[in-house]
Amino acid sequence: MSDLLNVSSGPHVRDKLTTGKIMGIVLLALLPATGYGIWHFGVNAAILVVVSVLTCVLTELIYELILKQPITISDLSAAVTGLLLALNMPPTAAWWLPVIGGVFAIIFVKMLFGGLGQNFMNPALAGRCFLVICFTARMTNFNYDGMTSATPLALLRAGSSVNIHDMVTGNIAGTVGETSVVAIVLGACIMLALGIIDLKIPASYIISFFVFMGLFAGHGWDMNYLIAQLAGGGLMLGAFFMATDYATCPITDKGKILYGIALGVMTGIFRCFSSSPEGVSFAIIFCNLLVPLIEKLTLPKCFGKGGEI
Amino acid sequence: MAGFTFKGGIHPFEGKELSKDKPIKKFVPEGDMVFPLSQHIGAPARPVVKKGDKVLAGQLIAEASGFVSANIYSSVSGTVKSIAKHRVATGDMVESIIIENDGMFEAAEPLPIGDIEDMSRQDVIDAVKLAGIVGMGGAGFPTHVKLSPKEPEKIYYCIVNCSECEPYLTSDYRRMIEEPEKLVAGLKIILCLFEHAEGILAVEDNKPDCIQKLRELTIDEKRITVKALKTKYPQGAERQLIYATTKRAINSSMLPADAGCVVNNVDTVVSIYHAIIEKRPLTERIVTVTGDAVREPQNYLVPIGTSYEQLLEASGGFKSPPAKVISGGPMMGFAMFDLDVPIIKTSSAITCFTKDEVADYTPSNCINCGRCAEVCPGRVIPARLADFAENNDEEQFLKYNGMECCECGCCSYICPAKRQLTQSIKTMRKMILANKKKK
Repeated sequence: MSDLLNVSSGPHVRDKLTTGKIMGIVLLALLPATGYGIWHFGVNAAILVVVSVLTCVLTELIYELILKQPITISDLSAAVTGLLLALNMPPTAAWWLPVIGGVFAIIFVKMLFGGLGQNFMNPALAGRCFLVICFTARMTNFNYDGMTSATPLALLRAGSSVNIHDMVTGNIAGTVGETSVVAIVLGACIMLALGIIDLKIPASYIISFFVFMGLFAGHGWDMNYLIAQLAGGGLMLGAFFMATDYATCPITDKGKILYGIALGVMTGIFRCFSSSPEGVSFAIIFCNLLVPLIEKLTLPKCFGKGGEI
Repeated sequence: MAGFTFKGGIHPFEGKELSKDKPIKKFVPEGDMVFPLSQHIGAPARPVVKKGDKVLAGQLIAEASGFVSANIYSSVSGTVKSIAKHRVATGDMVESIIIENDGMFEAAEPLPIGDIEDMSRQDVIDAVKLAGIVGMGGAGFPTHVKLSPKEPEKIYYCIVNCSECEPYLTSDYRRMIEEPEKLVAGLKIILCLFEHAEGILAVEDNKPDCIQKLRELTIDEKRITVKALKTKYPQGAERQLIYATTKRAINSSMLPADAGCVVNNVDTVVSIYHAIIEKRPLTERIVTVTGDAVREPQNYLVPIGTSYEQLLEASGGFKSPPAKVISGGPMMGFAMFDLDVPIIKTSSAITCFTKDEVADYTPSNCINCGRCAEVCPGRVIPARLADFAENNDEEQFLKYNGMECCECGCCSYICPAKRQLTQSIKTMRKMILANKKKK
């Protein structure tokens, strides 16, 4: 009977949480923002979501089939990338934009570096930034309700006033998934409650951005302006769903806080001093590049050498 | 009172209900008994019997071959059949004395140990050495070495590890429920050796009945306190236990004595009691037979040398075919491929599962989620260490404090990508230690 017994190194039990379940929870947590986006912007938003998710999943599948690698689409990470990419598209975008962005994200940012967990940049954001650079006009066309309208951040920059209430509920122009602070925070609460993310990165990001804007945006501590900056653009979506991407954030606790602060400062710089009023996507992919350095600087002290508490 | 604890750790399924209410049953072995000469850390014992010799139960059959080594006694009466290599739970072949049990259990003379009242410090340590006592929690470090630190006056805490944090195991629990007096008496003997020390019985708070019983028993003992620890694996890991009870932290290159502590396991302390008060050598221990594949999970008092196979038969055998049989518990135990393996001084359990969770999952890419670092009681980053180990990068492995790993297995347990983190790190550690020895 001894040939029936399995042998392996301990431990012999495993927790039930798997990569696939984590990604599934992230998808679930993105549902409120996705649902609101589709309800708010209409059919084209739905088309973008479907096309983007399908593109990412199929790209990964075909890549792995061609290179005869194990098929990994069941871990749902490609679906998460696709959904995040769609949520970062303007609702007026043509259906082929997420196809280009998705193929770029999956092949050039993720698979060529070794697949899940090996990419050094958030694939969805890299895909979006690629599109913004290549198709600037199409990616910044925030037509809404049949007329060209400016996003609140563009209005703020022009010196106009914005309606904070509408910004929090999401009744504004913007990308598919970024407009409703309520929907995003609801999703974030799901992830926080289930232990998928913690507050280190989002909190340090948001607080440091708030302080930076207070100091350098030239509006002082004008709460109306600062809250509009927090609620506007991709900040909330970025802070909770993209800055917290496991593969591209530091693994150490202190590193996470440092990374959040770097993000806050970079976003502030882009929003105050760049030609575009937006800056979250570029700030995140730029700070992704700092992660190895941050990690090296924040190696934890081990137990018995000062790392007890 | 909030439970004493440390940072990190996991909450695996406890599985203790299976055997926790089963009173300790005395097991009477039949047939050949196997006594490996290496049941402890240190030099293997040297046989003092030869083939054909008659031996009695409690007779010395192999003697310690150095300071860090331990005596071995026969647990049965009978004839020495051979001295040959035999498989042990870790899978290694170890030189062993094989005794044909005559089933009479004729007892040898009690150990020549005097009255506790007249014994000096050294007499007590010598008696512990004579009785062949080693750490019975798993490591098997000779107890007389632990009791002889360089500066005994600087020992401030004598901790008894009653946490039994390993899932499924209930042997220490049964000992505490059934014979708490012996445990307390054993601790009092240890306290005689260290005049400045306070005795701590450290119990996880999933055993409130033990805590209550021990508190009642020690109510008049000024030097002994019972501390309730938060239930969490690996609460009973030596360094974590010391930290949880005393807030003193030691790293891998230090000994508990460096923090003024001496730590012993429940069964070890009871064995000290047996040796000093009852003049009995270490020839038996409590073993839990458990897991969902076993018909009747039980706790047995087992003579050392009994085969696991016999013990399983006594528990009614398997009710469904096992996928994995583990010597010890599911976190730190050894998976066995052969059940003709003897119970030794450090065998706390045999755990049989119908499902092998390790084989059910295929390891995949690290997603860098950081859960391994979060649960690591050694506060290192297992994901990085495993990468360095897989690339054989010794320099980075050491820089990232790879030698501080206590091999508790929390990282492999929690990893959502199901990577074999502990295994990779363990292997690298072994290689580095072996290379150091060579130099």
